[in-house]
Amino acid sequence: MSAILDTLVIEQSALPAEANRARELTIVVAGNPNAGKTSLFNSLTGLRQKVANYPGVTVESKMGQWTLSPELPPARLIDLPGLYSLAATSLDEEIARDVLLGRGPKGMSADAIIVVVDATNLVRNLYLATQLIETKQPIVIALTMFDLAERGKLKIDVEKLSDALGVPVVPVVAKQRRGLGDLANRVLNLIETLPMRFPLPLGEGQGEGLRGGRPSTLSPLPTGEGDRADWKDHQTKLIKRYALIERIVSDAVESTDEGKPGISERIDRVVTHKILGPVVLIVVMLLVFQAIFSWASLPMSLIDNVFSALGDAVRAHLPAGIFTDLLTDGIIAGVGGVLAFLPQILLLFLFISILEDSGYMARAAFLMDRLMRAVGLHGKAFVPLLSSFACAVPGIMATRTIENPKDRIATIMIAPFMSCSARLPVYTLMIAAFFSGRKVLGVISLGAVIILAMYILGIAVAIVVAWILKHTILNAPPPPFVMELPPYRVPDFGNVGHALFSRCSIFLKRAGTVILAISILLWALMAFPRGGSAPSSPDGGKAVQIENSFAGRAGRLIEPAIKPLGFDWKIGIGLISSFAARETIISTLSIVYNVGESPENKSSSLVDALRNAKRTDGSPLWTPLVGLSLMIFFLLACQCMSTVAIVRRETNSWRWPIFMVSYMLVLAYVASFITYQGGHLLGFS
Amino acid sequence: MTLDTMPKDVTARVASVEMNGAHGLRLMEMGLVPGAPVRVVKAAPLGDPIQVCIRNYHLALRRVEAQAIEVTLGE
Repeated sequence: MSAILDTLVIEQSALPAEANRARELTIVVAGNPNAGKTSLFNSLTGLRQKVANYPGVTVESKMGQWTLSPELPPARLIDLPGLYSLAATSLDEEIARDVLLGRGPKGMSADAIIVVVDATNLVRNLYLATQLIETKQPIVIALTMFDLAERGKLKIDVEKLSDALGVPVVPVVAKQRRGLGDLANRVLNLIETLPMRFPLPLGEGQGEGLRGGRPSTLSPLPTGEGDRADWKDHQTKLIKRYALIERIVSDAVESTDEGKPGISERIDRVVTHKILGPVVLIVVMLLVFQAIFSWASLPMSLIDNVFSALGDAVRAHLPAGIFTDLLTDGIIAGVGGVLAFLPQILLLFLFISILEDSGYMARAAFLMDRLMRAVGLHGKAFVPLLSSFACAVPGIMATRTIENPKDRIATIMIAPFMSCSARLPVYTLMIAAFFSGRKVLGVISLGAVIILAMYILGIAVAIVVAWILKHTILNAPPPPFVMELPPYRVPDFGNVGHALFSRCSIFLKRAGTVILAISILLWALMAFPRGGSAPSSPDGGKAVQIENSFAGRAGRLIEPAIKPLGFDWKIGIGLISSFAARETIISTLSIVYNVGESPENKSSSLVDALRNAKRTDGSPLWTPLVGLSLMIFFLLACQCMSTVAIVRRETNSWRWPIFMVSYMLVLAYVASFITYQGGHLLGFS
Repeated sequence: MTLDTMPKDVTARVASVEMNGAHGLRLMEMGLVPGAPVRVVKAAPLGDPIQVCIRNYHLALRRVEAQAIEVTLGE
């Protein structure tokens, strides 16, 4: 597909300018982090965008369609990860740089580049912009935050700036859609006045400098630390570039700012205050968890009820048989289980997007860096790890902003210990079954204490593992911590909405495909081979069926190994199935305990089934201790195919995902063993 | 004087960045080039990292890195 695309592009490029009008243009949006790139991208593309695969923050390249002019087919707009310089220091920046220099994936070479420049932070933003101008590609500068600059007493002479830089400069205010039409016209002009598609960019050493003869920093980066002369040369060029930019900016900008601390600095006086700062951080985290635990429960039970009712209705109207079983026990139950999960994900991502957009996330990293460094991690690891509380997959994606590869791998390795939302259904089921209604100190529910303990245990294990990894296989000197603290901004709800939409659709895709497939596969594993004897009672028949099925046999096979943890073969089936995704254990247990057909509320009937299940000797199978052992197993084991897949992709080897699954499984086994056997020794049951 | 020992809320100028390799380069790319005015805003609650104001924006860096940045007070 991309090969075809490429030949097309090459053919087209040989044609004269008019032909440019007919084909699909590719336009790339690049700029510093926090410069308003994503906001502009969203305003230009609206809802016509898609994120390739799992997104972190803006870690993946996003693509969208942008209508430059009504007569033309929409252009393909690519939103690159933010970068400060072409001398990339993180994977994020490398990806962006490769696309900008035409070394990116096929079909991504740009017809034009929109360089997003923050008007309130001109000098530093122009550093990258001038580097890009030197590559002589068709460039338009979009001057974002123009309204903020005006309010901040900056008078920018756009024409002068444009003259000095030699490229068109368009002031835009993305939220109000100001300047977007002008931007489209400038881009079109640029493409049409070029006789043909721009040749592949220059080698890094060939930059002739801005507007003839001036120095370039595009010479290849020296690699050896000992190469002092090279670095000196590089530094000299860098200093000259800044001097040049300062000249341009002081010519074009009139500042009436008296250098008083801005509003962000005044907010910081509270938010990163010695005592108030940590308090604010804790309050924010509490608010987030309150939302996930309490506010999400109503829509969750609503979805749950709707799907059990749907299953019952289908069962009532269709003839009994294998097809109806597949539909109700496999498909409807599976889809319902997936969707019931969505409110939590929505709420958590809502908070994460707002925290990102407002600028608070960087403050959290600022506050947490000293602590994170104690275990050898970077303050930037805080955001990916926090995201991992929703789902390790976007969390692991978000580690791309960590420059040091060893730090990044250490962060990835511990991300799955953060209790993700897929564990919550397991925790809540166990608590509903064995710990509900009990109070600690008379007021706090025991369930809440146990869930909190699970979160803390996960964090504690993560700290220990990170420390061990950083002192053994991932030993490295502490990486530098250089992080921008962007000005606080009121989150743009359009942007938050976009982020929510893409994250939820990605979750649904993951859930809809993987979990549904597993749900059906599991149903099949339990439905085949078909049992021989005709059941006397429907329930007895089902139990015999499952015991003889493939799943039952696999569960029995691992039973000796998991018996010391307090688990029997039915839980064994659940453990096997939940390697696909943790929450599938719920649907598996529902099927194993044959509660799918119960007319009452499904989860409460599963709770009853668990409470009533007996061992062969007649003692109750599920005890609070078994529940606790299972929760700890689920906390520590890497039972998530999606995580494994994303680690494979992010580390580009099978070594790390295999290592991750193995060490987490060993940890989980040992911890559950200690919990169950230790609990027995202490006299608990 | 180095940036990490600089008093709060005083504006100084960067004299030099004594750090080689990609890290030193990145500090300079972020605007910490000789001659640029710089001001320490505050330290994080645990004393590290520190927040500086450079070229009209705010940057967080650890004391280890700040040590490599020579500044001159006055003017």
